[in-house]
Amino acid sequence: MYVAVKGGETAIDNAHRLMAEERRGDPAVPELGLDQIMEQLGLAVDRVMTEGSIHDRELAALAIKQAQGDLVEAIFLLRAYRTTLPRFGGSEPIDTAAMAIRRRISAAFKDLPGGQVLGPTYDYTHRLLDFALAAGAEPEAAVRAGHPLAERMPRVADVLGQEGLIERNPPGNDEPPGDLTRQPLSLPAGRDLRLQNLARGDEGFLLALAYSSQRGYGNTHPFAGEIRLGAVAVEFVPEELGFPIEIGEITVTECQMVNQFKGSKEVPAQFTRGYGLSFGQSERKAMAMALVDRSLRAGELGEEAANPSQDEEFVLAHSDNVEASGFVQHLKLPHYVDFQSELELIRRLRAATPDRETAE
Amino acid sequence: MTPLLKVTGLTRMYGNRVGCRDVSFELWPGEVMGIVGESGSGKTTLLSCLSARLEPTAGTVEYDTRAEGLQDIYAMGEPRRRLLMRTDWGIVHQNPRDGLRMGVSAGANVGERLMAVGARHYGEIRAQADEWLRKVEIDGDRIDDLPLTFSGGMLQRLQIARNLVTHPRLVFMDEPTGGLDVSVQARLLDLLRRLVTDLGLAAIVVTHDLAVARLLAHRLMVMRRGEVVETGLTDQVLDDPHHPYTQLLVSSVLQP
Amino acid sequence: MTGATGYNFAYLDEQTKRMIRRAILKAVAIPGYQVPFGSREMPLPYGWGTGGIQVTAAVIGPDDRLKVIDQGADDTTNAVSIRRFFARTAGVATTERTTEATVIQTRHRIPETPLVEGQILVYQVPIPEPLRWLEPRETETRKMHALADYGAMHVKLYEDIARFGRIATTYDYPVLVNGRYLMRPSPIPKFDNPKMHMNPALQLFGAGREKRIYAVPPYTAVKSLDFEDHPFEVQRWDQACAICGSADSFLDEVVTDDRGGRMYVCSDTDHCTSQQTRKEAAE
Ligand SMILES: Nc1ncnc2c1ncn2[C@@H]1O[C@H](COP(=O)(O)OP(=O)(O)OP(=O)(O)O)[C@@H](O)[C@H]1O
Ligand SMILES: [Mg+2]
Repeated sequence: MYVAVKGGETAIDNAHRLMAEERRGDPAVPELGLDQIMEQLGLAVDRVMTEGSIHDRELAALAIKQAQGDLVEAIFLLRAYRTTLPRFGGSEPIDTAAMAIRRRISAAFKDLPGGQVLGPTYDYTHRLLDFALAAGAEPEAAVRAGHPLAERMPRVADVLGQEGLIERNPPGNDEPPGDLTRQPLSLPAGRDLRLQNLARGDEGFLLALAYSSQRGYGNTHPFAGEIRLGAVAVEFVPEELGFPIEIGEITVTECQMVNQFKGSKEVPAQFTRGYGLSFGQSERKAMAMALVDRSLRAGELGEEAANPSQDEEFVLAHSDNVEASGFVQHLKLPHYVDFQSELELIRRLRAATPDRETAE
Repeated sequence: MTPLLKVTGLTRMYGNRVGCRDVSFELWPGEVMGIVGESGSGKTTLLSCLSARLEPTAGTVEYDTRAEGLQDIYAMGEPRRRLLMRTDWGIVHQNPRDGLRMGVSAGANVGERLMAVGARHYGEIRAQADEWLRKVEIDGDRIDDLPLTFSGGMLQRLQIARNLVTHPRLVFMDEPTGGLDVSVQARLLDLLRRLVTDLGLAAIVVTHDLAVARLLAHRLMVMRRGEVVETGLTDQVLDDPHHPYTQLLVSSVLQP
Repeated sequence: MTGATGYNFAYLDEQTKRMIRRAILKAVAIPGYQVPFGSREMPLPYGWGTGGIQVTAAVIGPDDRLKVIDQGADDTTNAVSIRRFFARTAGVATTERTTEATVIQTRHRIPETPLVEGQILVYQVPIPEPLRWLEPRETETRKMHALADYGAMHVKLYEDIARFGRIATTYDYPVLVNGRYLMRPSPIPKFDNPKMHMNPALQLFGAGREKRIYAVPPYTAVKSLDFEDHPFEVQRWDQACAICGSADSFLDEVVTDDRGGRMYVCSDTDHCTSQQTRKEAAE
C-alpha cells in the first residue's frame, strides 16, 4: 500500500547539519576568524552593513561567515537580527562637511579648496591577477602626503550653492524622517523614504538602473560633483540631557551627483542634485544611488518620466534584495495544491476541445 | 427645461500660459456641439476640463444628474464622478489606444462597461457586445480577437462601441477622425452621425477639421488662444462668419 | 518548555506585537480591507510566510495550541520549520489535529475538518492585491478599492469563458467579502473557497513582504466572483483517496511509476488520518 512521504523533520535537521559541514569545509584548513573577515574582506563588510542597515563590523563579519560569503544572505541575517534590537531613537543628522576625509574627489572641478585626495582606491590599478598576493606577499608601505589635509573641505555642492547655480536642498521640516522599517512604504514617497529605500536597496539593482539611465533610458546628464569617504561623528540627544553628545564615529561614503537641468516654467536653469550615502567604502553603491535618486525626481522636476529608473513605484517596490531573494526563492516551496488544480484544469480543457491532430 | 451641461467662466492655466479662458455655454440634451480652432487654441484643454479629467483653475462645470439635477462635477467627489464617467458619459480619445484595453479581446472591451455597472450574465454581456460590434461595422467573428490585430479605423470604431454600449447621455470626442485615411474618415463620420441621431445622444466634438464639424455639429464654438471668439449654429458660423479669425479659418479651407 | 534565550516570547518585541494587533483589529473592523502595517524583517525569508508568522506571533499566547500546515500537510518542510520556530521562541504546545488547535497557520489550504468558534486560521499571503494583474500601480488600485470600482475584475473572468468556455482560475480565486471589498484568499485552491463563507472561526491574512494584513471575521459572507450563467464551482475528483477512501476532500495526485501510474491521496494529512482511524474503528 502507498504510504505518504513522512520524516520531514529528520530530513531538515540533517540538511542543516550538512550545510554546517559544507560551511566549515576541510577541517585541515584553519577556520576563518571574524577579525580576518573584518580586516581582510572589509569591502564585503561595508556592503553588508549598508544593505543590512546596521553599522556593526563584527555582526556583519559574523553574517558573512555564517552565509559562506553569500552577501545577500548575510544582509538577510543582519536584517532579521535588527528586528530584535530595541530602538532608542534617531541620531542627529551627520555632518559630512566636517568629515575626517580619507578620500575626496570631484570630477566637476580640476582643483578646489582642499584639493583632490585620492586615498585608497582601485580606480587606477591594472586589474591583473596578482600572483604575489596568492603567495602571501606583504604590501609595500604607502607614502602619505607630506602636509596634513586641509582642516575643512567644503562640499562641491555647497560651493555651487554659494553662486545659486544648484538647487537648494529642500528645507528640512520639523517632521521626523519616516522609517521604512517601522512603517510600510506608502506611495508617492517623500525624499526621506526614497533615500532610505535606496540606501538599503540592492547594489546590483541600483547599478543596473543607474546604468540604464546613462544609456538613454532617461538621461539625467550627471557629473560626479563629489565623492568623499571618511569618518563622521554620530551625535545623539538623550532625552534626559536635552543636548547632543557624541556617541561614536562611523565611516561613510557620500556621493553628490550634479545634474544639468534646463529649467522649467517655474524654475530657471540650474544644476540639480542626486544624493547617495553608504556605510564604509561603497562608492559604486553611493554613485548608483545618487543617479537613481535624481532619476526618480523626474516627475517632481517636470521631466518626462517614461523609463524604469524614473518610475518610483517600480524602483522602490523592487529594490530590496531581502524581499526579492525571498520571493524568487519561495518558488522552491511546495506548490502541490495549486499545481494539482492547474493540472486538473488543463486536462479538462483538453478533454473539452477535441484533439487537433485527430480532428484533422 | 434644464440644460444637460452648464459651463460658467471656465478657465484653465498652465503656469502663466493660458489653456483656455472664461468659457461659458450650455449644452442641451440631444445637441451636438463642435469645438473648432487651430492647433494650440485650447480645444483639448477645454474638453478635458468638461469631461472631469482636468481640474479647472476657475469656473464651474455643472451636469444634470439623474437624481439631483445640476451638480458641479468638481465639487461632487471622486466616487460620483467616476460613476458618471462609466454610466452617463462616454469619452472617445483621439488615440484609440488610450481608450481601450489592448490586452483583452474586443468583446471584453465592449463588455467591460456593462460589467462595471453590474451586468453579471455572461451570455447577455456577450450578446450585447456582439450587437454593438455589428453596429460599428466590425464582423462578429472578430469578437474574441485582441485589438492589437485591428486596423486604425477598426480601433476607433471599437472605442466608440465600448463607449456607447451603456447608452450614455453625453459623449466627449477629441478628434474622432484624426489620423485616419480620408475614405475611412468619411465612413466613420457617417456612422457617428447615424448613431448620434438614433440614440439621441448629446455630444461635444473637438476637431480642427471644419468638414467634420459641418457634418456632425448642430452648433459651433470657435476658439483662438484659449478663448471662444464666436459661437452659433453651425451653418451660420461657417457660411456667414462674423469674427475675423473665423473668416480666416473658413476661407483657408478649400471649398468643396 | 524553554523559549530560545535572548528573544522575547514569540520572537517579536511587545511594541511590535501591539502594532500588529492594532492592524488586526482594524482589519477585523473592515472585513477584506488590506491594512498596511510595519512588517518586520523575520529570520525566515520573504515568501516563506513572514506575514503569517508575524500575525501568529501577535495573537498567540502561552496557553494556545498551534497547528501549522503547508499544502494541507503538517510535515512539509516549511510547516515543520514554522512550527519549530514557535515551539522554540514561544514554547507553545503544538498539534497536528485540526480539532485540538486554537491557532492554525496555513499555506495554500483550509483544513477539511470544519473550524469552530474560537479558532483562528492564519493564512500566509504572497500577494494580497486582487487587482494587481489588471493594474500594477498601488496608487490606482487603492483608488479602485475605495470606490469599489471592480468591473475590470470580471473582464478577466469574461476572457476565460470566451477563450476556454469556463472560468479558468483554479486557485487564489477572487472573492467579495461582506459585499464590499474584493479580496484574494491567498493561493488556496478554489475548492476551499466555500469554506471561508460564514465560517465560525476568525480568519486572518498576513502578507509580510507586501506589508498588509486583512481579515474575515467569524460569520462573514464571502462570495466567489462569477457570472449568473457560469456560476462558481469547485473541483471534483472521479477517484476517492487511496488511503482513507474520502470522496469529498481535496486530492493530491501521486506519481507511482514512470508508466503513467497515478494514485490520489488526501492533501489534508490530519483529515486523512482521522478518516482512517474512523474507518478502522468501524470495521
Ligand atoms: N500639460 C500642459 N502643460 C503646459 N501647457 C499645456 C499643456 N497642455 C496644453 N498646454 C498648452 O495649452 C494651450 C492649449 O493646448 P491644447 O492642447 O488644449 O490645444 P488644442 O487646441 O487641443 O491643439 P491641437 O489641435 O494641436 O490638439 C497650448 O498653448 C499648449 O501649449
Ligand atoms: Mg488637441
